[in-house]
This record gives sequence, structure tokens and C-alpha cells, in this order.
Amino acid sequence: MKEIDELILDDDVRYAEDHEWARYDGDLVRIGISDYAQDQLGDIVYVDLPEIGEEFAKGEEFGTVESVKAVSELYMPVGGKIVTVNDDLDDAPELVNTEPYDGGWIIEIKPIDPGDIDDLMDKDAYIEMLKEGA
Amino acid sequence: MRYLPHTDADIADMLSTIGITAIDNLFETIPADCRTSQELSLPDPMTEWELKDLMTELSQANATLPETSVYVGAGSYDHFIPASASYLLSRSEFVTSYTPYQPELSQGTLQAIYEYQTLIARLLGMDVSNASLYDGASALAEALLMAVRITKKNAVLLSSTIHPLYRRVVETYLAPTDCTIELLPMTQTGETDATTLSGKNDYAAVAVQSPNFFGCIENLASLAETTHENGSLFVASFTEPLTFGLYKNPGSLGADIVCGEGQSLGIPRSFGGPGLGILTCRAKNVRHMPGRLVGKTVDREGRRGFVLTLATREQHIRREKATSNICTNNSLCALASSIYLASLGGTGLAELARLNYDKTEYLKTKLKKAGCTIPFSAPTFNEFVVAMPDGFREKYSGLAARGIVAGIPLERLHPALDNHYLICVTETKTKGDLDKLVTEVTT
Repeated sequence: MKEIDELILDDDVRYAEDHEWARYDGDLVRIGISDYAQDQLGDIVYVDLPEIGEEFAKGEEFGTVESVKAVSELYMPVGGKIVTVNDDLDDAPELVNTEPYDGGWIIEIKPIDPGDIDDLMDKDAYIEMLKEGA
Repeated sequence: MRYLPHTDADIADMLSTIGITAIDNLFETIPADCRTSQELSLPDPMTEWELKDLMTELSQANATLPETSVYVGAGSYDHFIPASASYLLSRSEFVTSYTPYQPELSQGTLQAIYEYQTLIARLLGMDVSNASLYDGASALAEALLMAVRITKKNAVLLSSTIHPLYRRVVETYLAPTDCTIELLPMTQTGETDATTLSGKNDYAAVAVQSPNFFGCIENLASLAETTHENGSLFVASFTEPLTFGLYKNPGSLGADIVCGEGQSLGIPRSFGGPGLGILTCRAKNVRHMPGRLVGKTVDREGRRGFVLTLATREQHIRREKATSNICTNNSLCALASSIYLASLGGTGLAELARLNYDKTEYLKTKLKKAGCTIPFSAPTFNEFVVAMPDGFREKYSGLAARGIVAGIPLERLHPALDNHYLICVTETKTKGDLDKLVTEVTT
């Protein structure tokens, strides 16, 4: 597994305590899991995606990600309504491992409160949290 | 011969090691009023030969086949079990008590389960079978829980033609959940009333059994279509899998989950158990399926191997978020069914199913000619309902005393079916047996 200083942590996303990331894309927020999360899980074999149109509050479970050794819940870093899900993950769930911030994004939502994202951690705060946990 | 391995000295030694003076101290955490203060009411000890005499005497009170001529099915069927099945099953390599976690040690057991899954999936026309569950009734309950997980809807529709005891097991399973159960009525022809299905949109699943409790073949294709239009999953249950040697299987008729009892496939009736719970589904729903699943893979040198798969759904990894609490299977019974199916082969299965059907039709026709009424017009497999002439109830007891059990009276389970009997005919009955039954019943 990677050391903290080996992790690729994008500057343009915000991080949640449960290791999801969120990024503004126009009015919408795109959500995935961090390089740390994918590295901890190992080879991802399946991502259980929510239905388009479903609405979840911040912190609510919206899906699961399954690796060869575990299944982990995915929690909303920002509350909102599902607008798009990444269908590419059906055939290529490993995108979450190889490109966690790009091709491995998981959902796109219309946020309930656009200010929610400001409550999330920036890269430095996230690294700090990981170091404290380590 | 002593059956208790510890001497008084051993016990005293162990008690002193853990720092207590009497065995009763170990049970002090159980409230006093939950413990009995009296000796257990047990008979005096017997010698081995006395015990053997007692057991022989008790066993003589049982009505066993073939001395008794039993025409009872209703979820448990009398089929001939080939010697190959009984012999292979008794091999000590298979008679092991625990689930094979370790593929490096358990390739034989894992392969047997994999072959079971393959045979069952093909028999039922489905993508995936699990490694088996306990029995048909709990398989139906698990199928419904699975549908609730998939659809996130919290109500199920059960056909009233499903085996009444299966319905009771489902009620027990669903009682602690918020899921409600509603019954679909039956028609005059003995089938599920499909007209009542239209517009029922808020249900996780519609469950139908075919052949149903009354032996009638249900129109699964049309029921499945309406169910899908309503946005629910279609669960097809069965108690007699041999049916699919003759009739189309539920998978080819649009079922999303197919579940049932596999006792017919080479497992003795044994006065009610153990059975074989069969549960199959479509590949897309496999992650919602409870129970063990064995997959085929290759090792690092490219050699074929078998291994438990999708275990991340299961309790030992996913703890309280597991798909279900089912972490085991009825492996030996599953193996019996695999040997049985492999012994018969596809052609043998079809021939045997045809034989069951033909003998049943023979009896049905003869009873009709002799003045009995067949109340339900739907086609049947090896079981059907017959309305007996008035006053048959007394005769039924008389016949039973003489070793002929002429079906089961339905009145107890369905009070409206007074004087109706559910009769089952399998390959074990000869033409002579059937002719005798007709004579006994109608004269």
C-alpha cells in the first residue's frame, strides 16, 4: 500500500472524512473516491451505483464499492439529486483504481445546498487527517 | 462402555484450574427461575440390546414404503433413488461437516458444489444458482427478502396457491421486517387469478408456485409479464423439480428468481427432512443473492480450480451489512441431487418426468370414469386434486389401516375443499397399484 506522500491527491477537488472527493462541474458536483481509498480497497471489481433521480442527504449511503477483499459503503460528501452515474464502471470498475479523479468518477449530482462543498477538506487538511490516522 | 471421557478427578482438576468448586457455578449467570431444580424425567438406563429392541418396536409404528402404498406428495415426493447415488454419497470424502473455505484443501467438495450449481441453473433455465439453502420454504422466504433488497419496495404478493406451509415460513421470516404480505386469490380452475395483478405497482415481488399446491401448472409467462409491467420481480417457486423434465422451466418463462425444494432429486423423504433449498437468479442480481457461491477460476499456472466467490457479500467479511445471515448450505443433499441428475442425464430426466405424468393421467382418467370429480381443469404433472364421493372420509381411514394412503385430505388446509384429496403418483407406482387404488376408492 502507498505511503501518504506517495498518494496522488488532486488540488481541484475537496475531500470528505469518508474519503470521497467532490468537484464542481458547472452547476453540478462530481463525486468519486480518493487515491487513498482506492489504494486501501485494492482491486475494485464492482461498483453498485444509485438510480438517476434518487436524492440523498449529505452523509447518506448512495452505493457500495466492492474489491476482491471487501465491500465499502459510499457516502454523500454533499447532499443532492443524482443526475448522472458513471456507466463505464459497469464494464471497467478498475477505472476507480487507475484514474480515481478522472475516468473513475462515480456520480454527478445537483447539490441541494451549493455551499455544502465548502465544508469539505482541501488537500492539505485531508493530508493532515490521513497523517493523524496513520 | 463409558460415553463420558472425564473422570471425577479430571473434572475436579479442571474446576480447580478455573477457580470454582462445582460445575453448577458455571451456570450461575442463568437466572435461577430459568433452571430446573428437578431431575430430568428420563427412563432408566438400558443395555444395548434392550435399546435395540425398543428402537425396533418404535420403528414398527411407522408407515414405511413400500409396505405402505402412499399417494402423498404435497411438497415431498416418493422417487426411486438409484444405488449409484446412495453409494457415492456415502463416500467419506463427501461426508464432511464444514463449508470449504480453503480451496487448497477442498477442490473435490468445491467442484461438487460447482457442478450442482451448474446442473440446477440449467434445469431451471437461470444464470446462477447458489450452493443451496436448507429447504424449499426458506428458499422462498430468502427469495422474497432478496427481491425487497433489489427493488427497495416493502411489500410482496404471494399467490394463495403456494404451499400453505411455505406461506407460513414466509410469514415467520418476514414478521420481524416491515415487509407486508398480500395474497393473490385463485381461480375456479385452480390457478393464480392473474386479473387481480393489474395495477399493483408497489410490490417488490410476485411469488407463484408451479406446479402449485393443487398440482396445477401455472401460466408463469403471462404472470411474469404483468409482474414486470408493474415494476416488480417475478419469483417462481416449486416443490417438484422433476416437472422441468417435461414442462418449460421458469427461467425460460421470464422468472427473475427461481426457488424451491430439491428433495425429489435423489434425496430420501426421511419423514420430512433434511431437504434441499434451491435458489437461483439472474446474473445481474447475483450480489443480492444470499448464501455460498462457488466459482471456477485458474491458478497462477493456468490450471482450473474452484473457489468460494463473491464472499464479500457474506457475514464473515461484511458483518452486519452482509446480504443475509445464510453462511452455510446443505452440501450433502446438494451432492445427492447432482449425482441423481448426472445419473439420469437429460434424456433420462425427460423420460422419468413423462412417466410420472403418464401414470398420473392414467389414474386421473380412471378415477373420473369411476365417478370421481376432478375440480380443477388446469394441466398437472404428478399431482392433482380429486373430489371423492360422499362418505369417503370413513373409507379413507379404513384404507390407511390397510396400508393405502389415498392422498391427503385438503379440508384441514383449505376448509372450502371439503371431501377433496390431493393425490400424487410417481414412477414407483405400477399400473396394478393404480387399478387397485381406483377399485378400493370407488367400491
